[in-house]
Amino acid sequence: MIRWLLWLLGGLLLGGIVHLATVLLLPRTATQDAYTRLSATAPANGIMALPAPTPDDAVLPFMDPAFATAVCRYDLATGPLKLRVPVSQAYTSVSFYTRSGIAFYAINDRAAGRRIIELDLMTTEQRGEVPEDEEVTAADRLIVESPTPTGLILIRTFGPEPGLMPMARRALAAAQCGSQS
Amino acid sequence: MRLLIGFLFAFAVAAGFGLGLTQFALTRGTAFGAITIGAWTAWPKTGTSDIDPYARAAIARSGELPIGSGDGVAFFAALDDTGRALDGRCTVTIAGTTPAARFWTVTLYDLDGRLIPNAADRYGFTSQEIARRADGSFDIVLAPRARAGNWLPTGGIDRYVVVLRLYDTPVGVATRTAKDAPMPAVTAAGCA
Repeated sequence: MIRWLLWLLGGLLLGGIVHLATVLLLPRTATQDAYTRLSATAPANGIMALPAPTPDDAVLPFMDPAFATAVCRYDLATGPLKLRVPVSQAYTSVSFYTRSGIAFYAINDRAAGRRIIELDLMTTEQRGEVPEDEEVTAADRLIVESPTPTGLILIRTFGPEPGLMPMARRALAAAQCGSQS
Repeated sequence: MRLLIGFLFAFAVAAGFGLGLTQFALTRGTAFGAITIGAWTAWPKTGTSDIDPYARAAIARSGELPIGSGDGVAFFAALDDTGRALDGRCTVTIAGTTPAARFWTVTLYDLDGRLIPNAADRYGFTSQEIARRADGSFDIVLAPRARAGNWLPTGGIDRYVVVLRLYDTPVGVATRTAKDAPMPAVTAAGCA
């Protein structure tokens, strides 16, 4: 009897390790995460408008239907990325996600404080290569460091009511995302 | 032979217990960094780089992109104020006021995060659409059949979640109690 209890205890301890290992490894093995879902259709370093979510079809779960959404799937292997988003009349936000979907930075139109949200996205390494003096002249240029070389940028504009959604979508169409040159 | 059976038993326990615990934690959500106010729960850290490993695994599994903390914060309610699961065949009222924010949206989803099909093609409200009383408070009625006022159709499904998203808001990681963030009451009434 004691022997079986010991086996049970050993099993539970091992189970705890299995639990922690699966939780930590799951993000690396996920086949349905946002990046994987979007990489089938979204071009690298370009903008794609996402269709409005419907009950039958939504690119991602828990999307807010009151927003028009566009995605820029970035790959910094070829160099830093430039993002230019003219703000809409209602509300505009730009959110940055790592390859595994961690929201590492987000900014909205009010925090940006002007009519166009302009950002440079680069890896820590590329940031180090930016010449000092250039950084000074471009003091009003916002630089965001990405923890991973690939990831997603979500650009969202608010449609306060269904009739204003076309306006929100039009505002998105003016957004630009691409390599610097 | 007994040793082998012992090992097999221990491995079976380990697999069942470990994977079961993982499944449970990822589908139920965890308490790490959660703010619960009335029926509503938010995980503001999930929208930052400080996200905990459980939430990280949960978003990798579901494919969700959590709302960034510089954008807003999302409060989820799957139960009413008395702790009963929200049932799409019943009438549920969301009433009161909301915390300070530039605007908010309220949306109904099934438990997998899909919008709920309905003939009116109405999946939620924004704060600018709803009718309010003179003091700024409001009622939103969630019911399977049409109601006067701010009505959101539940499509008659068994279980659903309500998500209240505050945008451009001071509510976040530092928020603790209902004093910082007065959330509306969620009350279930009769069932159809």
